[in-house]
Amino acid sequence: MSSMRTPLKNVRHLGSAKSGAEHFWLQRVTAVANLFLVIFLLWLVFSLAGADYISVKRTLSSPLVAVPLALLMISMVTHMRLGMQVVIEDYIHGEGCKIALLLLNTFSAILVGATGIFAVLKLSFGA
Amino acid sequence: MAEAGLERKGAIARPTSPHLQVYRPLINMVMSIMHRITGAALYFGTIVLVWWLIGAASGPEYFDYVNSWLGSPLGLVVLFGFTWALIHHLLGGIRHFIWDTGRGFDLDTVNLLSWLTIVGSVVITVALWAWALLSRGII
Repeated sequence: MSSMRTPLKNVRHLGSAKSGAEHFWLQRVTAVANLFLVIFLLWLVFSLAGADYISVKRTLSSPLVAVPLALLMISMVTHMRLGMQVVIEDYIHGEGCKIALLLLNTFSAILVGATGIFAVLKLSFGA
Repeated sequence: MAEAGLERKGAIARPTSPHLQVYRPLINMVMSIMHRITGAALYFGTIVLVWWLIGAASGPEYFDYVNSWLGSPLGLVVLFGFTWALIHHLLGGIRHFIWDTGRGFDLDTVNLLSWLTIVGSVVITVALWAWALLSRGII
């Protein structure tokens, strides 16, 4: 029996959600990265707590520390931007306010990440 | 058209779900809420971490200034809370990884994983701080 349904019953492209599973998946990918990098961070800060400036600088400028630290910055700010985005979308209902906060969230996550990476690079390459 | 305008402004009363305070708190619900709160708090914890890195990158004087804040009683409370939030969110994340595989959704497992998150996060945080303070002879 031939169907009387038209192709309009199907969602076209990504539908009203405007996106697919990228958000969910990127949150998981960065979570896996963070799991390892945060354990590394805890080891790092707990071993450096109370240390003098010279040894802190020497440790942070070692490639074995600087590279994971820079990677952590990327993974962490990506993860926290996605998380805060959901919180904003859940609780802020005014469209204008929501868009403003989502922009602020994106910009501040990038600012924090870029500042952190700048500090790590300066420790390795700076005077 | 007028109706569409009203709807857009949210003037039509739509049925809403009961709010949080209606429910008796259950451990999985409390852990879910705490996962979100710790996540939001870690947003600001990351700023503290970056501040410390900037301090280290800026030279001994500014590094000492940053450390004088972080080493103050208030700073230590913030850092302790930061440690706990990080570990709590990390353990909660592992719980979510287990659930992402489709396993662990029976009530006993849900409750066990939730209790492990809170108990584990407190035990690990206290153990880390105790080790850090004891090994430096502070306590």
